[in-house]
Amino acid sequence: MMKRSLEVLVGVFVAAGLAALLTLAMQVSNLSSLDTGSGYQVTAFFENIGGLKAGAPVTISGVTVGRVASIRYNADRYMAEITMDIAPQHDYLPFDTSASIYTAGLLGEQYIALEPGGSLENLKDGDNIEFTQSALVLEEIIGDLMVKMTTN
Amino acid sequence: MLDTIASLGRWGLNVFERLGRGHIFLLRVLASLGSVVVRPGLVVRELYSVGVLSFLIILVSGLFVGMVLGLQGYVTLSTFGAENSLGVVVALSLVRELGPVVTALLFAGRAGSALTAEIGLMKATEQLSAMEMMAVDPIRRVVAPRFLASIIAMPLLAAIFSAIGVYGGMFVGVGLLGVDPGSYWSQMQAAVDLNADIVNGVIKSVAFGFVAAWIAVFEGYDAVPTSEGVSRATTRTVVHTALAVLGLDFILTALMFGDPA
Repeated sequence: MMKRSLEVLVGVFVAAGLAALLTLAMQVSNLSSLDTGSGYQVTAFFENIGGLKAGAPVTISGVTVGRVASIRYNADRYMAEITMDIAPQHDYLPFDTSASIYTAGLLGEQYIALEPGGSLENLKDGDNIEFTQSALVLEEIIGDLMVKMTTN
Repeated sequence: MLDTIASLGRWGLNVFERLGRGHIFLLRVLASLGSVVVRPGLVVRELYSVGVLSFLIILVSGLFVGMVLGLQGYVTLSTFGAENSLGVVVALSLVRELGPVVTALLFAGRAGSALTAEIGLMKATEQLSAMEMMAVDPIRRVVAPRFLASIIAMPLLAAIFSAIGVYGGMFVGVGLLGVDPGSYWSQMQAAVDLNADIVNGVIKSVAFGFVAAWIAVFEGYDAVPTSEGVSRATTRTVVHTALAVLGLDFILTALMFGDPA
């Protein structure tokens, strides 16, 4: 009898440990929110991506619809090439949608904001977003400001 | 003068002797692990004493560490208006560092010291010699099940610690201080990576469990078989485990997170 209750307690302990591991994997990590595998991919070229990282959110009106899949430098166009995974239910983006890189809050991470255009044709897998706006680099703004102030 | 040099040399030889004996002992334990699998009942009984009995202290400390993290993180982050990132701070510090390290330190105090005292007393009362007389290998019968049970129990305890800590941080941050629950969880999920953070945390806790178990059973097996010797061995277990875990933690952290990707 003693042996049985001991085994039950050990079983409860191991189950609790595994449940905690599962909680960490599902609830705490990005495993559940990264299910964009069945979506479609679009690319965009930016002059400057600032501090954008792979995995950063892609949003429309602040709602996350996808993630940045990869970032690389395109030597043909001398620009940064961003590939985005968009979730499959967001297949209504017009062809002339524009993409901008913004910063969440003052110190937050950078993300891509999409602004739907007016075209009747929709973006498909492998399409390229033509209209892009680069990340704001603080040094460039200060530099522009300095030039303006000294020329006046 | 000559005496000082002689005692210094004796001390150095002792250190190396114990270091060598500890590693040879580890090899013998590892070699006998296979025979333990045949008798899982022994491991289950030890899992009870090192795991189940440590459950409550891990639960309570995890809850309070999470609550303190929630409070401290909120106070600091709100100066920058970034209190929505509280979930990230709580989860990353628990999963990467505090979960494995604090669990290992508590484990050394709660279970490691008990293992050393138990095995040391068995040696002092000549139970280990009696086993050898009956052609029972005490390393297989006594040491190996305890070693294996500790290695199994540590990652489970660390996971429980981290999970309960995240909820403790949520209780303070969301429940008492008014952080938005949506951003607490979503920012956490965006920042914590399964492979880079959680799997590395589990690897850390397995490594700490290995070291803690090794030191505990070795100190017990190697104890001077007197009541004073056993008490010394128990103290050494706690001190050496704490030092080894903290040192190893730095090395593992540098290997896992040192490369800024």
